[in-house]
Amino acid sequence: MQNGNVFSVTDVNMRIKHILDSDRVLFDIYVKGELSNYKIYPSGHHYFTLKDEGGVLKAVMFRSEAQRLQFKPENGMKVIVRGRIAVYTRDGVYQLYASSMTEDGVGALYIAFEKLKKKLEAEGLFDLGRKRPIPRYPETICIITSPAGAAIRDMLRILRKRFPHSAVNLIPVRVQGEEAPGEISAAIDYANEHNLGDVIITGRGGGSIEDLWAFNDERVAYAIFRSRIPVISAVGHEPDFTISDFVADLRAATPSNAAELAVPDSDELYMRLKNVEARLCSLVDRTLRFARQRLSAAAERRVLQSPMNYVQDRRMQLDVLTGAFSAAALHYLSARKDRFGRLAASLDAMSPLKVLGRGYAIASLKDGKVLRSSDDASVGDEIDLRLGKGALTCRVTEVL
Amino acid sequence: MAEKITFEAAMTRLDEIVKLLEKGEVSVEESLKLFEEGASLMKKCSGILDKAEQKVKLIMKGHDGEPVAEPFDADLDK
Repeated sequence: MQNGNVFSVTDVNMRIKHILDSDRVLFDIYVKGELSNYKIYPSGHHYFTLKDEGGVLKAVMFRSEAQRLQFKPENGMKVIVRGRIAVYTRDGVYQLYASSMTEDGVGALYIAFEKLKKKLEAEGLFDLGRKRPIPRYPETICIITSPAGAAIRDMLRILRKRFPHSAVNLIPVRVQGEEAPGEISAAIDYANEHNLGDVIITGRGGGSIEDLWAFNDERVAYAIFRSRIPVISAVGHEPDFTISDFVADLRAATPSNAAELAVPDSDELYMRLKNVEARLCSLVDRTLRFARQRLSAAAERRVLQSPMNYVQDRRMQLDVLTGAFSAAALHYLSARKDRFGRLAASLDAMSPLKVLGRGYAIASLKDGKVLRSSDDASVGDEIDLRLGKGALTCRVTEVL
Repeated sequence: MAEKITFEAAMTRLDEIVKLLEKGEVSVEESLKLFEEGASLMKKCSGILDKAEQKVKLIMKGHDGEPVAEPFDADLDK
């Protein structure tokens, strides 16, 4: 053994350190693995091991980086750690000096979510201008969800309570797993093809971000986008936002909330109908009051422009009024019917025919102008006299 | 008028009728006709609300691609 071939421990470690330090990949690297031996020292530095089926990698995250962690790392968690690989010469080990750490899965999903969101936004799928109005009183609601979950039962229960009048078409689909996005988007297309509702609700109950992932799939997003039927998206709990929520015409916080948004409340509708009824009654009262006033005014004028027309008009009006009113009153206004009967009677009493029947006559010129004063006619004029029965043509022989 | 009218159409027409009457520009005959129409619409609407029973159908795609509906019992009262 020659001296020249003998290295000190420090020399070996330094040599290895140089080799690793000069590697461009190891200088800034993302490593995924499972956390174990996680320890936080009083200094605030985090020491842990990343492992997978093949081996382990020691790692350290210093206090300043550890303070920026967005979650609480725990043993067994799958993570992606960014950092550099270097040798710790004192211990003769290489390790990962972590600069940041995200949960694997979630981190990757989150990045995919943000990417897809940007893409679809740029394509105009989220434009507010294209949101279609949700019908106020849907005859049929198409629900696209799992027939087994709590979500469908929550929705049906609320729909039944609020507005059972709406029929429900349930298209069963899987709402999580590989097959889910294809099934959901196909169901949306199918509902449109066969006109299966006035509004579509699609969604599912709460779950982990992975469970909700089908509603972050672009196939579902495009299907909602091309749906002719307005779509309400109802995924997970209040804080969960999915791509579907952004594309849909209306975002509901939960499936139950979607059911509330889809239909009106029968109790409120009853109130509204009562209100409409009250307004209609008061309006018809007002109308009849005006009619009576007009009639009185007409009666006071006494001299009637064109008696036969007037008579015929009033007669016809009376027939129509009586007919219309008694039909309407049958349902709603039996009390008011008496008042209308009195009005009808007074209309008849005021009728010019009755007046003429008492011996009055109406004199008019050939052109139909009614004579109100002796100045209206001259000697020699022919005038018509309309009597209770029949009429006479007379000539003026003297103006008094 | 046995024609089937949707709840939506009935409510919309009712609102229209009330507005027309409130404007007061229609003749007495016309307003009574409107009232009669309104009364019958109200009867229809409350009838719909009164006897409504939730109908839920499970829609499956048949062999020919046409929808096949079967009743769906969610057993909500359980």
